[in-house]
Amino acid sequence: MLGLRDLDVSEINHILDTAEGFEQISTRSVKKAPPLRGKVVANLFFEDSTRTRNSFTLAADRLSADVIEFTQKMSSVSKGETFLDTARNLEAMGVDIVVVRHVASGASRLLSRSISACVVNAGGGFCEHPTQGLLDIYTIRKIKKSLEGLKIGIVGDIAHSRVARSDIWGMSKLGAEVILVGPPTLMPPKVDELPVSVSYSLDDVLEELDVINMLRIQFERMGGNPFPSVREYSHFYGLTGERMQKAKDDILVMHPGPINRGVEIESEVADGKNSVILEQVKNGLAVRMAVLFLVNQAAAEKA
Amino acid sequence: MNSELLIKNGRVIDPANGIDGKLDVLIEDGLVSAVGRVQKEVETVIDAEGKIVAPGLIDMHVHFREPGDEEEETISTGSAAAVKGGFTSVVCMPNTRPPIESETDVEYVHRKARQARKTHVYTMGAITKGREGVELAEMGFMSEAGAVGFTDDGRGVQNPDVMLRALKYASMFDVVVAQHCEDTGYGEGVMNSGYSSSILGLGGIDYLAEESMLWRDIQLVKKLGRGCVRYHAQHISTAGSAALIRKAKKEGLSVTCEVTGHHLLFTEEQCMDYDTNYKVNPPLRRQADIEALKAAISEGLVDALVSDHAPHLKSEKELEFLTAPFGIASLECAFSLYVKALIDEGVLDWSGLIRLLTCGPAGVIGVDKGTLSKGRQGDVTIIDPDAEYEIDVNTFRSKSRNCPYHGWKVKGRVEKTIVGGEVRYSRGDE
Repeated sequence: MLGLRDLDVSEINHILDTAEGFEQISTRSVKKAPPLRGKVVANLFFEDSTRTRNSFTLAADRLSADVIEFTQKMSSVSKGETFLDTARNLEAMGVDIVVVRHVASGASRLLSRSISACVVNAGGGFCEHPTQGLLDIYTIRKIKKSLEGLKIGIVGDIAHSRVARSDIWGMSKLGAEVILVGPPTLMPPKVDELPVSVSYSLDDVLEELDVINMLRIQFERMGGNPFPSVREYSHFYGLTGERMQKAKDDILVMHPGPINRGVEIESEVADGKNSVILEQVKNGLAVRMAVLFLVNQAAAEKA
Repeated sequence: MNSELLIKNGRVIDPANGIDGKLDVLIEDGLVSAVGRVQKEVETVIDAEGKIVAPGLIDMHVHFREPGDEEEETISTGSAAAVKGGFTSVVCMPNTRPPIESETDVEYVHRKARQARKTHVYTMGAITKGREGVELAEMGFMSEAGAVGFTDDGRGVQNPDVMLRALKYASMFDVVVAQHCEDTGYGEGVMNSGYSSSILGLGGIDYLAEESMLWRDIQLVKKLGRGCVRYHAQHISTAGSAALIRKAKKEGLSVTCEVTGHHLLFTEEQCMDYDTNYKVNPPLRRQADIEALKAAISEGLVDALVSDHAPHLKSEKELEFLTAPFGIASLECAFSLYVKALIDEGVLDWSGLIRLLTCGPAGVIGVDKGTLSKGRQGDVTIIDPDAEYEIDVNTFRSKSRNCPYHGWKVKGRVEKTIVGGEVRYSRGDE
């Protein structure tokens, strides 16, 4: 499970349908199910993450798996124990599923080539963050029933966003029209060859959007200064209460978190009636349970 | 040493002398003494019927990693790889640890090469101290010690004033200044900047990073005038660079260039699976760039083909694409790759190909090699042009295996490599 670019429509829908079943578990008084009993899931996090890691831990826990937590901030050293060494060591302990978060794009793909345990990408570099993409899609599907024909705006730092890439692949495959919004300095090269349209003006497109996903401005990832000041960025791309006046009444406001309040989104919008930000977090759990469950099932079928 | 060696009945191709025909080559006391029909009884005769007999091949861009990274390659293992690849002369790049930047360093490389006793090993020296692009290294002393050029390869000299001084100063010694054209002001990346890098979420190296530095350097050469300035653009990789070279050569500037095999065989799409064996600098570009480079080669704008043999440890190439080092190790199969890219595709004929591996590079670095003229050193490579074989990294004499050509079926096999009249490689008896 490395990215949504590799999945087809039926596979994506199958994961979402499975997640629906798991969502109900969370409403029961005993919040556990047995399908991963006796299995070991390793959370291999080489980059800071609270939300995603906890969500995966809880998901594995609810499926009755044993969980190993491995958290290490990876410096870019090329000598010493490498990323693969670490993973191979864990594998030697009998891990069945490795959930990996890494600063480098392609790390999960490298891992899946090199070890026999199942690999779930929990966000790698700027490439993909497939469970985030799936939970975004799940949240939209749950409220709007289908993504077919929806106009979905993704706003902000597209160039350095793995969430944007997973959203682009998944949402466009399910029939949504994806519009990327942000300054040209935050767009990746050859963005016109992706299955999207691009706008540099939020005000131009806001009124037609059914869903708006506000990406976090990732100060730690941007090289140079792609925009002159935070104040100027907020002026053009911040989702303010005032701007929201122009949007459709039933627009869904999403954010992958953590929020920079007052930068890409004002508190009154983040906490407002159109916001589904906490709903996303809740759905993330069900989606990750589904992913772990299906990955384990696929491995069992292969064996 | 054999005092006499006769290579009979081969197709002798010596582009510098306009020779291409079924002839014999006689080497006496390590020097070429005759090319023609030789009726002489000698102690050692090699029958080269059906084979190509060429002046010893030259690769003017290799990394032998010594001193500093002997776990990846040494001058000894690199030299053994070179003769297996048909190369009787190689030019080491100075980006070792520490870099080759003094007379003593140059002499060290030569000493190691003498001990290895395989191929002729030349070296370039660093342009600047520590390859830091700030102060000139001791080019004069290094020239006297036999350095055949200067480069900060692995990096370009960023500051135009430093580069201008380097060109001026090197002109005193009539020695070439070679540039790894990459203006890092465009940002630092790990693959070509384009659609593939966007999808993969990897930082890109823009074609402009190469071309703007090449353009700048050509302006510096022009400003300095004809004189003794000699400038060489290393491993050019883009259509724009080919166009800049074309214009510079038309203007009669003393500008030369080289192209690698991998830039003729691969595009950026090879990186789509994050396979670090395709991580090279300059990065693999687009199909249009390959076409433009081939056109430049067929027009005669390119002076040398090079392997840019860059050995790396498996454990380093197993790192994430972001952190793994740049480079492909291909010295042993390089010749067959040129055959595939250029002969099979009809870009060059055999004579044209051999020119870019003999007198072409010899002219760039200014050494007395690359031809079978009478009195030259008896360096000869014998090639079976039709023999097919499969590239197998496990048979490499190089210490490293970072080679994306493993398993390829290719043509043009090196049969014998003769250095100074001595057979230093003979296929089969390894």
